[in-house]
Amino acid sequence: MKRRDFIQLSSMGFGALATSGLLMMGNSVSAAQLLEPGIDAAAKKILADTALNAALAKGATYTDVRIGRYLNQSLFTREKNVQGISNSESFGVGIRVIANGTWGFSATSNVTPDGIKACAETAVAIAKANSKLQIEPVQLAPVKGHGEVTWDTPIKKNAFEVPVKEKIDLLLKANDAALENGAAFVNSALFMINEQKYFASTDGSYIDSNIHRLWPTFNVTAVDKASGGFRTRQALSTPMGMGYEYLDGLAKDKVMNPAGFNSYSDSYDMVEDAKYSAIQAKEKITAKSVTPGKYDLVLDPDHLGLTIHESVGHPLELDRVLGYEANYAGTSFATLDKWKSGDFKYGSDKVNIFADKIQPNSLGNTGYDDEGVKCKEWDLIKDGVLVNYQAIRDQVSILGENESNGCAFADSWSSVQFQRMANVSLKPGTDKLSPAEMIKNVEKGIYILGRGSYSIDQQRYNFQFGGTVFYEIKDGKIEGMLEDVAYQSNTQEFWNSCTQICDKDDYRFMGTFFDGKGQPSQSSAVSHGSSTTRFDGVNVINTGRNI
Amino acid sequence: MAILTQEEAKKIIDKVLSYAKADETEVSVYGGRTGNIRYARNTVNTSGESNEIQLSITSVFGKKSGSSSINELDDASLKKAVERSEEIAQLAPENPEYMPMLGSQNYTNTKTFIQASDNIDPDYRAQLAEDSIKPCAANDLVAAGYLEDFSGFVARGNSKGLFEYNTSTSVDFSITVRTEDGTGSGYAIRDFNDVNLLSSKDVTTIAMQKAQASKNAQAIEPGKYTVILEPTAAGDLMGLLTRGFDARSADEGRSFLSKKGGGTRMGEKLFDERVNITSDPANLLIPSAPWDSDGYPQQAQTWVENGVVKNMYYSRYWAEKQGVDSIGRPGGVIIAGGDESLADMIKSTERGVLVTRFWYIRAVDPQTLLYTGLTRDGTFYIENGKIKFPVKNFRFNESPIIMLNNIESLGQQQRVGGDLIPAMKIRDFTFTSLSDAV
Repeated sequence: MKRRDFIQLSSMGFGALATSGLLMMGNSVSAAQLLEPGIDAAAKKILADTALNAALAKGATYTDVRIGRYLNQSLFTREKNVQGISNSESFGVGIRVIANGTWGFSATSNVTPDGIKACAETAVAIAKANSKLQIEPVQLAPVKGHGEVTWDTPIKKNAFEVPVKEKIDLLLKANDAALENGAAFVNSALFMINEQKYFASTDGSYIDSNIHRLWPTFNVTAVDKASGGFRTRQALSTPMGMGYEYLDGLAKDKVMNPAGFNSYSDSYDMVEDAKYSAIQAKEKITAKSVTPGKYDLVLDPDHLGLTIHESVGHPLELDRVLGYEANYAGTSFATLDKWKSGDFKYGSDKVNIFADKIQPNSLGNTGYDDEGVKCKEWDLIKDGVLVNYQAIRDQVSILGENESNGCAFADSWSSVQFQRMANVSLKPGTDKLSPAEMIKNVEKGIYILGRGSYSIDQQRYNFQFGGTVFYEIKDGKIEGMLEDVAYQSNTQEFWNSCTQICDKDDYRFMGTFFDGKGQPSQSSAVSHGSSTTRFDGVNVINTGRNI
Repeated sequence: MAILTQEEAKKIIDKVLSYAKADETEVSVYGGRTGNIRYARNTVNTSGESNEIQLSITSVFGKKSGSSSINELDDASLKKAVERSEEIAQLAPENPEYMPMLGSQNYTNTKTFIQASDNIDPDYRAQLAEDSIKPCAANDLVAAGYLEDFSGFVARGNSKGLFEYNTSTSVDFSITVRTEDGTGSGYAIRDFNDVNLLSSKDVTTIAMQKAQASKNAQAIEPGKYTVILEPTAAGDLMGLLTRGFDARSADEGRSFLSKKGGGTRMGEKLFDERVNITSDPANLLIPSAPWDSDGYPQQAQTWVENGVVKNMYYSRYWAEKQGVDSIGRPGGVIIAGGDESLADMIKSTERGVLVTRFWYIRAVDPQTLLYTGLTRDGTFYIENGKIKFPVKNFRFNESPIIMLNNIESLGQQQRVGGDLIPAMKIRDFTFTSLSDAV
């Protein structure tokens, strides 16, 4: 029996989302409980020291412990109805050790001195058992202890403190805006996360982090029953490492795009976007079907983020390059020999791509990663040349370095931390350039906004991406909407066709809340910053079919 | 002890129901052991085991419902959880689509639990990994594999008298074998309720053969080809079709099963007449839950007969609204096959492509069920009844609806992700570009 069958067995009586994850995702609680404080830092330090001492006594040479309280609230509506309100809390401890040069990990929800001691001992026992199959001992890059420090996401408004009714009212108001403008159906949702993580290690760090993320989204459907046609249009919001202030929809954060409606930067007007969505979903049903061929693509940041994620973020994860993900996500075309050559042209000279976990408002923004490394920014591609990867403490020695990039992450106290994607972003162009000015010089092109269908091979060469809305560009002008558009390219060819990048005034984030990796699969949240960017002569196919 | 007996589970559920004050109350208790071992680069990376138990309560007042869940089963915790669930329900908005809880039902036991799978321990997992890694290392091949095993139970009861209890086990094993120079890659995957049916060595042997045979693949032009899809590859695409048989979406005009002018395509011949799709929770190869997601007993069903759409899923709410019987989504589907072996299918092919599996499949157009994705881990060119040479991977853009109208032949079935899927020979399958990925 597959897990999905088991979930079906256990799914009755719960909201769909409450059971879409694993059994251990947490307990359903009330909204008020999400505001109750967890145990204080002093108590957590005592518990963490219990783990560190217990592992040391059993022979561990390194130990880290994460005491995690993970709070989630998710709201779902459909047209005029509330479909579900889910509040969950998950609390426990994960302990990772090195013994006999081998990793061992164990986790428990029994957050008592006895429970933690037993868990630490199990982690050491697992490390020792696995060491028999170890080929090379773990080499851990050094980290200087940070002492007792704290880090909080700099939010202005805690989303958990906003009454559920107020949040539901916003979703229903967005639904109304869509319905009033011709949508047949609309589903909207708001996801909120608060990770209260206490990290301690034998390096001498005691890091108390309080991390917030949220994601408002919807999907609007227009139907033409007479023709049997239907089209959907997703929200152009993006998940952010922010508080509820992201939903303020401030005028200063609205950007009138060349297609004549607003895109959003540091705050989002959900009701306004819902209105655009209904109008555009209807327009999509009768929009002109694209003629396949080569086009110059002008990609909005809310679309380009996913292309960066798939064609740069993933192939430059060192564990993939080394083969650790071979049985699942795959390996990478960006092999070590290409990096060592020092002249591998990943993209054109315009392309400068950096990784970080420190950009304000981004999903990756955090003070320290899940192995106690202070987060930073570093270059992956400089002037088009591949210069580095994303690597963590037990990997950087392979690159001849002795400092981790600080991108280890675990999605729960019960999951072991491993290398996850940092924010991976494209640097804005240095010359003054707006999207409208960029389009003026395009003879035959397509302007693409929003994420759509996306697929890429297991080594990240060949990809095909769709989008949310497409506009035809002819002789420097936007002519109207297109449908059935997808572009197919090869990663290196595509990034080498990059000819122009708008300036920093157009720099915005696109993010993903549920990036999957590993077996058993873990999800992480990551942002990608970019400005509107032009790629020349990209192959566009027509995806329309008759059945 | 993560697996409660039926009696233990019933006792706890009855106790919770005795504390309840809501109009309707439902209690689920479920738990089990999940274990795994993961290896790559011919060495074990992670292995673990966890035991969990969780009890969940849903309380309903009128059309307002709320839930709470806990991991502790002592009386005080149970009482507190009931109070919390009722408090959340009182604060919840009304759900106009709420359907009253079902009363007692008759369920037929299905053979979802196998003792041998429940007996899996860390030594078994280590041995499984060793049996897979050793032959690869001895042949200059690199193994990356993953086993996940599960043994658990679920029980549910409500204030209307419904009670159900089921235990189940599962093993899911997959293995990727690559040549040391990275020019060849092979894959195999199996899932069972009964671990005795799994030999990691045999499954690894298939992946090893594919890795060696796929070295130095040649490029051939993308275009329309006759393809032979191994059951894993066919299952990757068929699941996308069979999971889309939702009547509500069809009635609402937003499904490939929506009819032009309104209504659904029930009764229409949408596929080749050799297409027969059924489900049966008692099938011994793919036993599944004895109840559907609404709580009704899961029955054997015919979804497609001789190419004609015979049934769709109807939730209780939608069934009532449409004046029909509710039909739940099945645990696993059975696509009828034939007697031909894969070798027979290759032998009768003049020119075609053999596909081991697909990867990164994403919806392109829900209207036509068009999907894109790529071949992976063993793609071969067939000419005059023989495998000629390995070919570079392709990207496809294809709809399972179009595929099921282009059937050349259907071969023997295999269990794939809880479904029974035949090998399929399909003409005019659309490959749109080449990939250098191995």
